[in-house]
This record gives sequence, C-alpha cells and structure tokens, in this order.
Amino acid sequence: MFMSERASVRPDEQDDAADETSADVETEAGAETGETDHGVQTGTETEESVQTGAEAAVAALERAGAEHLFGVQGGAIMPVYDALYDSDELTHITMAHEQGAAHAADAYGIVTGKPGVCLATSGPGATNLVTGIADAGMDSDPLIALTGQVPTEFVGNDAFQETDTIGVTQPITKYNFFSDDADRVGEDVGTAWALANEGRQGPTLVDLPKDITQEETDEAPEYPETPDTYEPPTEADEVIVREAAKAIANAERPLLLAGGGVIKGEASDDLRRFAREYDVPVVTTMPGTGSFPEDDPLSMGIVGMHGTGYGNLAISNCDVMLAVGTRFDDRLTGDIETFAPDAEIAHVDIDPAEISKNVEADYPLIGDAARVLGQLDDAMPGTPDAEDWLEQCDTWKEEYPLDYEAPEDEPLKPQYVVETYDEVTPDDTIVCAGVGQHQMWAWQYWTWTEPRTWVTSHGLGTMGYAVPSAIGAKIAAPDQEVVSFDGDGSFLMTAQGLSVAVRENLDLVIVVLNNEAVGMVRQWQDGFYGGRRMASEYPWIPEFDKIAEAFGAKGFRLEETDEVEETIQAAREYDGPAVIDAIIDPGENVYPMVPSGGDNAKFALNERHLEGL
Amino acid sequence: MPNGELPGPDPDERMEPTGRRNNQGIRVDPDAEAEHPPERALLSALVKHEPGVLAEISGLFSRRQFNIESLTVGPTVDDDLARMTIVIEEPRPGIQQAKKQLEKRIPVISVRRLDHDAVQRELVIVKVNGREPDKVNAITDMYDGQTLDAGPRTITVELTGDQRKIDDALDAYEQFGIREIVRTGYAALARGESPTATVKEPNQAPTEAQVETEEVADD
Repeated sequence: MFMSERASVRPDEQDDAADETSADVETEAGAETGETDHGVQTGTETEESVQTGAEAAVAALERAGAEHLFGVQGGAIMPVYDALYDSDELTHITMAHEQGAAHAADAYGIVTGKPGVCLATSGPGATNLVTGIADAGMDSDPLIALTGQVPTEFVGNDAFQETDTIGVTQPITKYNFFSDDADRVGEDVGTAWALANEGRQGPTLVDLPKDITQEETDEAPEYPETPDTYEPPTEADEVIVREAAKAIANAERPLLLAGGGVIKGEASDDLRRFAREYDVPVVTTMPGTGSFPEDDPLSMGIVGMHGTGYGNLAISNCDVMLAVGTRFDDRLTGDIETFAPDAEIAHVDIDPAEISKNVEADYPLIGDAARVLGQLDDAMPGTPDAEDWLEQCDTWKEEYPLDYEAPEDEPLKPQYVVETYDEVTPDDTIVCAGVGQHQMWAWQYWTWTEPRTWVTSHGLGTMGYAVPSAIGAKIAAPDQEVVSFDGDGSFLMTAQGLSVAVRENLDLVIVVLNNEAVGMVRQWQDGFYGGRRMASEYPWIPEFDKIAEAFGAKGFRLEETDEVEETIQAAREYDGPAVIDAIIDPGENVYPMVPSGGDNAKFALNERHLEGL
Repeated sequence: MPNGELPGPDPDERMEPTGRRNNQGIRVDPDAEAEHPPERALLSALVKHEPGVLAEISGLFSRRQFNIESLTVGPTVDDDLARMTIVIEEPRPGIQQAKKQLEKRIPVISVRRLDHDAVQRELVIVKVNGREPDKVNAITDMYDGQTLDAGPRTITVELTGDQRKIDDALDAYEQFGIREIVRTGYAALARGESPTATVKEPNQAPTEAQVETEEVADD
C-alpha cells in the first residue's frame, strides 16, 4: 500500500523515458506519491553550473520551478540577491516590509498551490517574516523563506543584525535548515521547497550565512526532493474505508464537512462528485470555502463562530460526519463537548497527528483527500436514506437566512458592498481579506463557487494580511480579478504595500470597510465587556482615498448606498491599484455569532441572544 | 433589524442533539463521566543525529504542554542516528498525540511506545550526610549501589535501576539527609527480540492491525 520509493516527475527522467508519453509518466508519479497538480513542476531541463553558494540557492529555486520571489534586500542576504541579478527565470518583487513579503508569498502559494518564496536579510529582516511564516503554518500554506545570516564565524557572538533565526522559527515551520556548507546549499534549498510542497503543505526556512553564500562551490542542485525518511500517506486503510462507507450509507442525517485540505489536496471535484452522487449536504470551513459551490442546493454554507445558522445546526444534529482535510479548530468546533455530539466521525486527513487531536475519529482515514474520497466512493454500498434530513436542512436555510436591510437614508451597510461586488465580478475573482469584521462580512456575503479564490488569514488571524496578500494573489493569477476587503485597523498595519502595487502596476482593488474602529474588538466589548470600548475606537483616522492617491494609486471615497455600484465599477475599470474607502455603519455587528467556547447550535442572531448565553 | 442582527428562531427553540463529548473530544454517555486519567508512558524515538534535534523535540513537548518527566538522548550503533527515551505522564489521548507529533517532525525516523515490560534503567548519584558511614554502606549494598566518594561529612553513591528500585533506595537514604541528587532520566530498550524503535518505512499511516496492536501495547 505504501511505496517505499519516491517517484517524482523529473524533467531529466522524462527525457530518459522517451517511449512513454509524458501523461503516462505524470499519472504514474501521481499514483505513487499522491501528489496533486501542485507537485508537478516546470524546472529547467539542463543542469546549471554554479560558482557560489548563493548561485546554488538561486539555481535550486529555478530547478524547482519557482517564478516569483517576494523580498526585501539587506546586508546578509546580498550575495543571494546578487546571484538573482543574472537569473532570467526568477522575477523578484521588492516589498515594502518583510511581513508583506511573507504574506504575499503565502497568498501566492494559496492561489498557485505551489510554494511561494520570500527573502529577507538576517536579524530584523528575518524576525519581520515571522508573522507571515506563522500564518502560513497555521493554514498549511506552502511557503519557503530564505533568510540571510551573519557569517558563520560571528554566529553566536551577538553580531550586528544577528538573530537565532533557526531557534525563532523552529516552532512555526514544518522544517528549517541552517545551511552551513556551501556544497549543500542547493540541496538544502531544494529540500526545503519539496517539504513545503509535499504531504501536508507548510512553511520551511533556510538560513543562509553570508560567508556560505559567498563561498565557492560547483555543487549544482538536483531536482528538489524530500528526505528519504519523509513519506506522506496516500491511501487510507481499506478495512476502515469500508466501515466508514457503511456508516455514511446507513446514516439518517449525514453531513460532509469540507476543510482547507480539500483545496490543498486538489480534491474539490472529487468532493463535489461524492456529495452529489450520495445526496449528502456539505458545510465548508473557512479555509475550505470554495471547495463546494454555495449555489448548489446541497450546500449548507460556511460554519463556525460566524458561520451560517443552518450550517451550524446541521453540524450539531448530524449523525454521521465525513470530515475531510480539517483540523477541527476551536473557531469551527466551539465547545468541543457540544460539537456534533450525536455524530460518528469519519476523518480524512493526510496528517496522522490531526486524527483524534481535538475530536475523536470513529473512522480514521489517513491519506490524500482525493484518493480517500475515491476509495470511499468505490466502497459505498448505497445512498443514505435521508429525505427527512434534507428537508430539515432546507427548512433551516429558510429559517436562518443571512439577511440585512440597506435603507438608502442610513449609513452604508458593509454586506451590501460585498454583495454588490460579487454580483458585478466573474466567478473566478480572487477575494483577499484582512482580519476582523470586514473579513467575516466578505466571507458571509460573497457567494463562493471556486476553490483557491478565498485568500485570507484563517488560523493565525493576522490583521494586515489584505494588502500584501492582494499583491501575491495578483502576481500569481494576473488574468483573474483581485479584490481585497480590508478594515480600517487592518489596512493601517500594512498600507505601505500600496507602493509595491503601484510600482508593479498591479490591477487590483482594495475595499476598506471603514467603521473607524477595530470593529470586532468593539463588538466583543459591547457583548462581553459591558460596552467598555477600551482602545478599539479611533478618534481620528486618515482619509484612505487620499493615502492611496499619495502612493500613486487611485482613491475613491464611498459613503452613499446608491453610489456603491458605480464606485466599484470605476475602481475595477481603473488600470492599476485602486482603494475604495467605504465609510460604513459604525454600529454594524457580525451575526450569527457563537461566542468563544460556546455551543454551535446556540448561535446568537442578535444582542438579546448574546446576553442570554 | 439594526446592527447586523438576523432573523430566525431563538436558541431554545432549535433542534437539540442529545449526545455529548468529553473535553478530549470523545463521544460519551451523557450521564457517565468518562475521562482518561494520566498515565506514565515510555516513548523511544530514533532520530537523525544532527544539530538542533534535541531543541526541536524538547520545544515540541513544551509548546504542546505535554507533561514530560525525563528525556535522554544518545548515539546508536548507526553514527547518523540517535535514540531518545522520553517519559511522559499524560492521559491516553495525550500519549497518542505526543507520539504522533513526534513522528511528524522531519528528523524523527520512528517512535514506539514501550510497554511496562521494557528494560528500563536510570542512573542516580546521591550525596548524603556522612555521619553514619556503616549504615549508608549497608543501604548502598542492599540496592547494589557503588560508593563514588566518601569523606568525613558526605558520602556520594551511584545507583542504577528501574523506577521502583530508585524510589525505594532514595526513601532509605532519606534518614541520613540527602544533600544533593542528580538523575539521568530513563534509558530503555524493548525486551527480548522485539526491536525498540527501528528504521522502517517511516511516517506512514498505521494500518488497522497496527492501531489495534498499539492499543493493546498502550494498556
């Protein structure tokens, strides 16, 4: 069942296997490694010659098929940048801040499915990357960070711009390397790439001391490979698959919960097929959003703290849950004691450590999401007899609509801005968001139909994600529209990224849903701290349309409901980055809401409900 | 509806499930109390012998709040590999989670939970007051210890053994007054032909048969 040898599609092997079609090679490799499209690469055909450690690092990225890098220059990383000077294959985007470089690379990884690359120098450069690396780790986003380091003879002496980058990033990376041998730099960078890409994706880091990158070496990197001890699971145990299939087929109230792993594992099509074949309603977690189209009658929408009422009721009342590619985060489960308490859980995940970590799996299905869904499909003895349940689900959808009023004479409603934007844009539009109320409105009121179109900070909840992620997303998908919803608080954290968007002439729109507050904190203070609004409201904030203009972007100020569509269209039509400063109703709150650690079924729809909980 | 409030029935008017889980995420009889009590577990891990691996593993245990009793590390017959012996005290789900988190780290090649039958030893050096050397020597002999240093004021002895023997010996030395103590933590190997933690096909999902075997071993 588990192959002991790795098989990757190497360009040079393809040449050797001239009698096989390349499609055959790809299928075979996919079958053995469980790799999905993001594992297939476009490296150079000929091995390059290198002269220094830095050139080996750059050659390794080229060999891996990297195309874009996001970074900020600095002393200890200069040899690597110098090697980039001659690279025809790699395009470097100079960011305004290293945090932005990491977020841009993270978004690039989400959209393309292959590792985004960020670079920074030692010390503050590396520590500024930390937030973005941690963010990628929480969301299993493929990311590789290359950091400069002081020369090895100074390491440990508290040299200028020295930080123990390996120590600092060890807990937040899938793996990291202190690359202290010029002959191994290329291999280290390649291995870091492969580890970020394969199995459960995640961030890796290579720390590159300056003397090592300057040192002479002629060791050109091979095609990147994971260590021979790293073997992600592919297929789940057949016995458990059969038992799980039987449980699903016999369920009276079945539910499919699609997590981010469905998208990471390119299993959206398999999941859609499975749900429709066996008439199983589907809920999607925040990272799983887009894996199942919300306009499908089987969609029960998004779930968790600010998920739909009907989705959360479906979770609480189902009797068998097929959960795919999820780690049962507390923002999804609420109080673990009340999470799907009647349900037998079949848990599909590529990471064995996620099985029974937070919620016990009755059927542990360890493997690649698409492969295991295929196994389950083969093993299903029939379709669940769940007519009453499907009717119940429809009733809930009618009872708990996501609804709002947008009277023309009242302040602008953020939900209306999101909905209008959704209506005028194509389905494959990429939507980025920062973190806070604006993010929740974007999530709730956009109708999601495609994977890899929802780009935000899920697990870490990083304010400031919106601007740099929009840059990374646009570079990753220049032919798709990109809109990034931001909040005023979130925007102020990384607004300097606008300079990059203008410099690179990126056609994207940032919509600041401006309520002159850190709105989510303000909402919690009103709900749980007796309305004591400590440090959540801004007595003064800058005019974001003018900030945009000062950066060289196009700025719009939006205050009236009847101007929403024309402003959006004007911003979309502008060729280059545009910022809409949307002055929204400052009293607007996000509902439904399951208070932290609460019971999903007891979600609050209004302030009275919150007080009763 | 003001402030983003939404329509819909109140929380107490909604369909309610009857079941419950415990705080370990395990479905339980709503009336029964079902929690796993903490137990002592001996994990043996074969890891790549490279810089930073000890920091990586100890960091893993501390940040995930696994209750660690001892951790030892040393070389093996293969120069590229080191063996770690880790004693933790956790409820059953915590032990399994600790094992899986260990297995997940890249330099970790394999992990096995050893049962109570495993050969396990700890080395302890105890410095006691030396006023009654004959009595101290008698206890040292009784526990197969060795006197390393004896002076007019202190006697220092070395003991090796399993947990019970060490505990008993220390209890016996208490009467003289223990001045200082140092313990190495446990080193352990599986008994008999059964391999401890070996280079196998790593990081693969356990089969159902393996899961069942481990469940048994965990008891």
